[in-house]
Amino acid sequence: MSREGANDVPPVLSVEGLRKSFFGIEVLKGVSFSLEAGKALGVIGENGSGKSTTMNIINGLLMPSAGTMSVAGKPYAPSNSQDAATAGIAFIQQELNLFENLTIAENLAIRKLPRRVSWLPHIAKGEMRRQAIRLLKEVDLDIAPETPVNRLAQGERQLVEIAKALSGDARIIVFDEPTTSLTTREATKLFSLVGRLKARGLAILYISHILDDVRRLCDDVVVLRDGSQVDGFPVAEATIPRMVNSMLGRPLSDLFPPRSGRKRSDRPVLDVRDVSQPGIVSGIRFQIMAGEIVGIAGLMGSGRSETARILFGLDPAATGEVRVQGQLVAERSPRACMAAGMAFLTEDRRGDGLMMAEDVLTNMKLARLADLARSSVASVPDAALNEKATAMAGSMRIKARSLERQPVRSLSGGNQQKVVLGKWLLREPAVFILDEPTRGIDVGAKAEIYGLIQKLAEQGAGVLMISSEFEELFGTCDRILTMAHGEIVAEFVGPDFDRASVLAAAMQPQPGVA
Amino acid sequence: MPRLLRDVLASEYVVLLLTVLYVLCLWPIVPEIVSASTAREVLTAMLPLLLLAVGQTFVLIVAGIDLSITSTVAMASVVAASVMTADGGYLAGSAFAVPAALVTFIAVGLAVGVANGLCVTRLGMPSFMVTLVAQMFVAGAAVWFTSLHSTSVSIGNLPKAFNVIGQGSIGGVPYALMLCAAAAFGAHWLLGRTTLGRWLYAVGSNPRAAAVSGVPVGRVVLIAFVLSSICAALASIVYTGRLETGTPVLGQRVLLDVIGAAVIGGVSLFGGRGKITWVIFGVLFLSVVDKGMQLLGLSQFIVFAVKGGVILVAAVLDAIRNSFLIGESR
Repeated sequence: MSREGANDVPPVLSVEGLRKSFFGIEVLKGVSFSLEAGKALGVIGENGSGKSTTMNIINGLLMPSAGTMSVAGKPYAPSNSQDAATAGIAFIQQELNLFENLTIAENLAIRKLPRRVSWLPHIAKGEMRRQAIRLLKEVDLDIAPETPVNRLAQGERQLVEIAKALSGDARIIVFDEPTTSLTTREATKLFSLVGRLKARGLAILYISHILDDVRRLCDDVVVLRDGSQVDGFPVAEATIPRMVNSMLGRPLSDLFPPRSGRKRSDRPVLDVRDVSQPGIVSGIRFQIMAGEIVGIAGLMGSGRSETARILFGLDPAATGEVRVQGQLVAERSPRACMAAGMAFLTEDRRGDGLMMAEDVLTNMKLARLADLARSSVASVPDAALNEKATAMAGSMRIKARSLERQPVRSLSGGNQQKVVLGKWLLREPAVFILDEPTRGIDVGAKAEIYGLIQKLAEQGAGVLMISSEFEELFGTCDRILTMAHGEIVAEFVGPDFDRASVLAAAMQPQPGVA
Repeated sequence: MPRLLRDVLASEYVVLLLTVLYVLCLWPIVPEIVSASTAREVLTAMLPLLLLAVGQTFVLIVAGIDLSITSTVAMASVVAASVMTADGGYLAGSAFAVPAALVTFIAVGLAVGVANGLCVTRLGMPSFMVTLVAQMFVAGAAVWFTSLHSTSVSIGNLPKAFNVIGQGSIGGVPYALMLCAAAAFGAHWLLGRTTLGRWLYAVGSNPRAAAVSGVPVGRVVLIAFVLSSICAALASIVYTGRLETGTPVLGQRVLLDVIGAAVIGGVSLFGGRGKITWVIFGVLFLSVVDKGMQLLGLSQFIVFAVKGGVILVAAVLDAIRNSFLIGESR
């Protein structure tokens, strides 16, 4: 986007008027940008705005209907992802392309394993190791190259993927939502690496929902909406409100709904007393009142998700008591917790939130089954259930072609998350635990989900919200607990949080982790 | 036309349609394929197979497999025969011999099913391994058990009152058909209308999501294995009654037919998909194909090859359907 230097050197990657139609429907209506060496360009937009289509065209997975691309001034028309790699473009996807059963060194060399004798299929292990050590040093990952990838944390895997891109002499690295599965610490490490890559003259294309990250990392920003390029500006002008407004196409006066309509009572709906599980969490003790939204902040691995799983009876606890609406939950199982009035939205909606091959209604009805029938061989009152689930889907504005036939895997992330929320809202929970409720969904859907959470609290439920996004906790919570190394280390009362001290408390380093 | 073709191929009745087409194709060559006696023979062959396939369906729906059913058939057969045989049975000549034997069939099924289910749910072993081992173990135990009670390879001389169950009929409707219909209706109702049914599909579709949603996953899987073994015990009653003997090598060659029939019907080997009506169509198709080739006078080897081929095609279609579903999620 920036103009200086454009006369001397052609941009590393230039995209001109890209268009793409599927079955006569135009999903990309003219996208143009250019990327210079040593710069990072952020591409932002809601789901369905055309980000993925653009990236798939650059990666050679889709052919554009119109428009041209060039790499370092030379025409570039990839017909598959191999062409993209040859042109020096590397993609770091949300789902990493590593062989988990192989070692780091093997993964790094997988494209061209070094051989001792060129015509013999015998791998030169020493050479492979030397290459790996050199590449790992470049990404600042201090792990033995013989380590199998399945032993690495998510952030470490991502670094290996970047090292793999560097081994292929990439000149352009495209990051697609790189931080969604990283801890704050891992993300910080990634950001400093991106800075070094820029300094080395690589060009970065950075796609993300997390506007703060974009602001922190990128030099310029391009905004897509409904397949069109609606805005573009240098990062100095990229305030959060401006980015959000451009993405949504309407001024979003406030992403977070007003807290006004809520009356906090003094009646605790969730009372957690000294819950401990050796090596996981210790001495967890807090209360949530009816109508209150309490947030948990902390690094990944601080015990926040683990606490949620223990509270919901999915993981065992050695000691401690959990009371819901004054009643002790004696049996520690999801069923007993549900019967007591708890609901739990897990952080991984694909893995343990949804049956991806089933439709919206089937998914939404699942959690209602247990309490409808006295015995598991009693008939299911299908008509009544379907009616309720359909009404819920309607009131939540779930967008699907068919509630009864379309598998949820083909819905957008935001709609999928609404299905999981709807599943629990059908049970009218008294205590709702939400683990990363807005992960990987676009800004519009986020606002809707904040609204739903707010409404739930207004109706008198207690909400426990775990999130890595501090803005979200500041914007929605009445109180924030911070966790570190399995303990609650601090408590902050809102609505006006001292942001710096919340961050400081949540970022406490963990013992034993470098 | 292409649209009609697509609708037909996507319909639930495509297997039934193929069965009719097959019969129509063979009609000019072997006219006896359309006759009352052929229909009776197909039905006779179908019934125990259907019982086994219905049981297998529960396990397939929770994304497991039960390879031990044939051994369960054999074991139940010899243990129950040892209770009621007139040649020194535990209850020989007693009025309770037949009811006690029937309970014994079910008890053997229950025992094998619980053992399989516990190994899978408590020990976390793959069902393939658990039931393969159970198949060997139970088959061996059945032969050993027989040797304790009989000097021959089987236990004969069963009460007439029992053999009637396998052979007799009331008003032209065989008892075996009634038993089989009752089992199929029961299974259909269980899968389609009850909470347990929904749970079975949910566990097969995504066990982790099911657990979070309050489904007692371990218990549901255990029940699937128990139901499979109990269906095997019911099939054993029919087989034993027909043969009038308890033998430890009963039904040993039907395992692939059972799994094949379920898969031909459209039950997914990847879990979460399957209906009893589909299974009925699958069993009917396989039985009719079998009978047709017999009528054509083809050698046993060709019959095996053709059946294997048909099952392979069905399994390939299942895999394609599954990879299509996974591909869509990316």
